[in-house]
Amino acid sequence: MIEFLNFYLIPGLVLGSIYALGAIGITLTFSILRFANFAHGETMLLGVYITWSLVQFSGLHPLVVLPVAAMLTVLAVLVIDRAFYKPFRTSPTIMVVIASFGMMLMVRSVVQFFWGVQLKGMTPGIQRPMVFFDSLRISPKHVTIIGATLVLMLAVHYLLSRTKIGKAMRAMSDSPELAKLTGIDTEKVIRMTWIVGGALATAAGVFLAIDTHIDTNMGFKMLLPMFAAAILGGIGRPFGAVAGGLIIGVVEEISSYPWIGTEPLLNPGYKAGVAFAIMIAMLLWRPSGLFKGKVF
Amino acid sequence: MSVLELDAVVGGYGDTQILHGVSMKVDPGEIVVIIGPNGAGKSTAMKAVFGLLNLSDGKVSLDGEDITNMPPEQVVRHGVCYVPQTSNIFPSLTVEENLEMGAFVREDDFRPRLLELYEVFPPLAEKRKQAAGTLSGGQRQMVAMAKAMMLEPKILLLDEPTAGLSPKYRGEIFSIVKTVNATGTPILMVEQNAKQALKIANRGYVLVDGKNKYQGSGQDLLDDPEVAEMFLGGGAAA
Repeated sequence: MIEFLNFYLIPGLVLGSIYALGAIGITLTFSILRFANFAHGETMLLGVYITWSLVQFSGLHPLVVLPVAAMLTVLAVLVIDRAFYKPFRTSPTIMVVIASFGMMLMVRSVVQFFWGVQLKGMTPGIQRPMVFFDSLRISPKHVTIIGATLVLMLAVHYLLSRTKIGKAMRAMSDSPELAKLTGIDTEKVIRMTWIVGGALATAAGVFLAIDTHIDTNMGFKMLLPMFAAAILGGIGRPFGAVAGGLIIGVVEEISSYPWIGTEPLLNPGYKAGVAFAIMIAMLLWRPSGLFKGKVF
Repeated sequence: MSVLELDAVVGGYGDTQILHGVSMKVDPGEIVVIIGPNGAGKSTAMKAVFGLLNLSDGKVSLDGEDITNMPPEQVVRHGVCYVPQTSNIFPSLTVEENLEMGAFVREDDFRPRLLELYEVFPPLAEKRKQAAGTLSGGQRQMVAMAKAMMLEPKILLLDEPTAGLSPKYRGEIFSIVKTVNATGTPILMVEQNAKQALKIANRGYVLVDGKNKYQGSGQDLLDDPEVAEMFLGGGAAA
């Protein structure tokens, strides 16, 4: 039982928190800008490398430089939007989807060109886990990740439910046409969407880097589970995306628990398939997701 | 001076011409109704005001200022509010958030206006915290109108506000239109329920095939045997 908590459930919650943060950006872009942003994983990647450089430069903890890194990443994303997505604002969706696919390749190549392709570590050394009740072991970095995720989610909730621009984001996600007729500054809403998505992606990437390591494929590997989380929660439902992320993270981890006999139920090598299976199942049987999202 | 004036407006969507020279005007404090058969260009004439189609000829002016082909987000800022026939509310936002969005372009405090409108639409005050998408058809229409009124517009455009509503709600909507108008806002309205609409209207225009066919005071049109026969379901005004 305690082994289940220590090695399956808690890592699952940590991974789920990371998916959740990434999936919020996916679901907001999908519902407000109306396209599936394939470059979202690469936003994460860029954020991680910027953070890594700031850590090297300043010697501070990654979480301390995270706000600055998030700002720089958001700046890059806003420039990308202005240069590559804005010209397609009134074009058929498929064009901007393909543009985002191109951005994905370009951003990754830029990162590989400037930072190299070898593995890097965000935080050196191994942490000793904190032990509770003699047997429950939680590593401090996991506490940090889950705690920081909670704080960020509260901030997103505040933004969307209490501020004018946040309400306008929800309005535009309901109906972009009516938002325009109402006089809502849709370009401002779009900018805010990129800011929120970019900042959360940076945080998600840095948390993943703290938990594991840094490599130039990490963004791409996150893309599928993030989309699966967004779809599971329902497109346009940020808290659905959070629930979806947590569910997928936990299910991925506990799928290799020896539920029957002593062998893992699912070979850990197939973990990534779990998110894919959940996504396919949702699209087949309940495309609106758990929380009645949009179906395009 | 008229609040709104369309002068021989010609235009449509893409290559399809729908309006072939439509003229009309709305004076301060008036309710003006556009009626006519399906496909006559009633809603299109209204969209022409709001910059939602390309005008190749003619002129639209608001308080004497030329707003021909001005994009919708600018027209709003000039004080014209438009309530489309369908999807005219944000269903997942609460009633109050819908009204707040209506005031998006306002720089000042919109709270006093909100309270005023809750007095005009008491059912909305009761349901302010409820998601607008969960309301009945008539109440959604109230949300849509109140949302448009948040800007204290110079003129309110309503596209078939009673479409799809039961007769009971229809009467309610028409009385709300009157109430809103009584607060001083002129209204230009497209209506299928021509008879009821003309009864509350100061003036009406009958459009046929994208052109003006008849015009006159609401009562004149109701009394006109030809109009009655063709557009009001036969017979003189009941």
